[in-house]
Amino acid sequence: MAKTQNEYDVIIVGSGAAGGMSALVLAVHGLKVLMLEAGRNYDPVTETPMFQLPSEAPLRGGGTPEKPFGFYDATVDGGWQVPGEPYASADDANFLWWRARMLGGRTNHWGRISLRMGEYDFKPYSRDGLGFDWPMTYADVEPYYDRTEALIGVYGSNEGLENTPNSSPGVLLPPPAPRVHELLTQKVCADRMGIPVIPAHLAILSQRQDFEGWPARLFPNNALAQRVVRESMRSRAACFWATPCGRGCSIKANFQSTTVLLPPALATGNLDIRTDAMVREVTVDSRGRATGVHFIDKTTRIDEHASAKVVVLAASACESARLMLNSRSSVFPDGIGNGTGLVGKYLMDTVGAGVGGQFPQLENMPPHNQDGSSELHLYIPWWLYGEQAAGKLDFARGYHVEFGGGRRMPGPGAFGGLESYTSGAYGLRFKEAARRYYGSWMWFDGRGEMIPNEDCYCEIDSDGVDQWGIPTLKFHWKWSSHELNQARHMQHTFRDIIEAMGGKVTSTVQDDGANAIAAPGQIIHEVGGAIMGSDPRRSVLNQYCQSWEVPNLFVTDGAGFVSNADKNPTLSIMAIAWRASDYLVEEMNRGTFG
Amino acid sequence: MTEEQRPPIDRRTALKVIAAATAVPAVLAACEPGETDLGRPSPGTRNPLAVGTPSDPDLLAPVVPWARSLTPDELETLASLCDVIIPADDRSPSASALGAHEFIDEWVSAPYDGMKKDKVLVRGGIVWLDGESDRRFGSRFRELSLVQMSEICDDICYGPDAAPEFQAASRFFDKVRDLTATAFYTTKEGMEDVGYVGNVPLSQWDPPPPEALRHVGL
Repeated sequence: MAKTQNEYDVIIVGSGAAGGMSALVLAVHGLKVLMLEAGRNYDPVTETPMFQLPSEAPLRGGGTPEKPFGFYDATVDGGWQVPGEPYASADDANFLWWRARMLGGRTNHWGRISLRMGEYDFKPYSRDGLGFDWPMTYADVEPYYDRTEALIGVYGSNEGLENTPNSSPGVLLPPPAPRVHELLTQKVCADRMGIPVIPAHLAILSQRQDFEGWPARLFPNNALAQRVVRESMRSRAACFWATPCGRGCSIKANFQSTTVLLPPALATGNLDIRTDAMVREVTVDSRGRATGVHFIDKTTRIDEHASAKVVVLAASACESARLMLNSRSSVFPDGIGNGTGLVGKYLMDTVGAGVGGQFPQLENMPPHNQDGSSELHLYIPWWLYGEQAAGKLDFARGYHVEFGGGRRMPGPGAFGGLESYTSGAYGLRFKEAARRYYGSWMWFDGRGEMIPNEDCYCEIDSDGVDQWGIPTLKFHWKWSSHELNQARHMQHTFRDIIEAMGGKVTSTVQDDGANAIAAPGQIIHEVGGAIMGSDPRRSVLNQYCQSWEVPNLFVTDGAGFVSNADKNPTLSIMAIAWRASDYLVEEMNRGTFG
Repeated sequence: MTEEQRPPIDRRTALKVIAAATAVPAVLAACEPGETDLGRPSPGTRNPLAVGTPSDPDLLAPVVPWARSLTPDELETLASLCDVIIPADDRSPSASALGAHEFIDEWVSAPYDGMKKDKVLVRGGIVWLDGESDRRFGSRFRELSLVQMSEICDDICYGPDAAPEFQAASRFFDKVRDLTATAFYTTKEGMEDVGYVGNVPLSQWDPPPPEALRHVGL
């Protein structure tokens, strides 16, 4: 088996939100880093299909099993099924495992929604006795939220709402003006329902970053870091309000690991990246210290080994858990760092349920550009903390609401179903109806907190192996009544909003949450599987993403999450990875890792 | 970074190229807002990193990787039906002029389960449509007058109102209408028809115009 030539300080497995952030922070502090990415190299600057119309693509750009979010979606070699890399679900679990086998992982296509967890979210057990508390507080992570937002560029506003933290002054970029349907929703929700509709926070540059000011504030006394971050920020353009973010962004106006984190990390000269490198296991010495990783070079199908003083897993929550479980040795017969048996346990996704509506007042809208950032300008943060505390709701945790619609670029399925508004129009009547109804539909999607439970976990499938010879995962899943009741509440609330706005509901409103809730994994917010904590007997990692049992093993992705607040996880993953990486650098400099 | 002719690049080389690009001032000038051709690949650009598989197609130079399967005769009937569904008017061309029937061929020929079902529905529907035209008027559908075509289509254009003997045909019509609309409105001409005015780079994002706000009573 071939060996890599260099001895590295750190090996990072994965190149997405966690891997990219870990690599940047470690590299700017002078550590020699090898990043291993299971997918191919990917360069948004040269590869992104900007402005292309659906008519130029197969199936008018519609989704296929190989490209689930459509032809132009940035994800390549990814989806809920990856050829040659199967997984199993226990009966009725129906778990869907999204993977993105490409440099930058799923940061290339994500929704850019960047919400901070709040004070409550770090101490959920203390508030309602369910789940677990995090080992750190919001105040511990707050500086890293500020730094992460400033580094990647996030638009939004500070509204001072409960458990919806403000960013420090000057951190956020100005939010884009809302579109007509968003303003209408905001007014009706405020006037008639007492529901706050406020600017959403998204990792999109509404204006260029302060590339002269931020580098020194983010990395004081670090000339290398300041240089590479300044160059990276200078190379990013502001959003020009066209072409969907999900395709990626050739002008780097939105956040992708491949445009924002990896280029400056590479520019330090301290980072090497091997793509097409599928990691199989973490190796250990006789003392149980990590020594490196085995990986399969996908182009040669040859197993190689790379060595380093520290191994950082950032392969995504379930993939990192799989790696730990597959890293068996005489010291760790049940997987590295898994003396507690908790690796793979307490998986969580986000509760998702939605309702659509059609709005007569949006018909025949005077034509104007409604593209905006292509993503949310406004959203509804969770607003019923008081009712929940008073015991008036039959679910313990909150959700936020993402909503949209309007005169977006027509895509596959455009005007499908129009016959139901016109008793089957065709001919010139159909064309007239399309003009009238275009842009008059909206959708409301809830994104809610799931509480970790004993029935949601993954384990190594004794029957399964992938095409690289690596044992595969089997998933188990069971929602609790908290999630199902929350999904029902979403359905009823969205119906009420749509009707208050004078619209007509166009989808079936479910009274049974089980019929409304998205399949586990479908929202692609899976976290947990190597939870952190303050007690080594009841957690896998400490608050710095460091294995209790293997001090030179870190897991900086979502696997460490002990709760999954309704705040989409990517921003928190990056803030927590940055904090962990600072700690890793300090420990490295103290000689902890030899 | 877009050389087309060179052999597959070594992955490490590629990554070093990314690093170098971030340090090249020429890139920065191109990133100033307001440059309308920014980020738009020139025609014919190919992506040297894409492998060309269904999960990694070349997004800059799309190709339909499967063969089409409808016969020229089927396509002719289909084109006539597409144009009954979306005819030309003073704002935009007809559906077949924008290739709707060819798109439906592409769709029903795709190697995916849903499309395979649609293929049975569409091919069977074409046979029915020409047969029904012959039964009623003694001609193929394409040869009928618009009045005659409409007489058939009126019976099958709306499932809830269709007679029992026309239920199957109404499902066919529904499918072709949906696919025709997808084909038509995803083109530049179809987008202009409904007044989609986006997909253009803007130097700043403005609030909605006053007439749009007045339209919804804001």
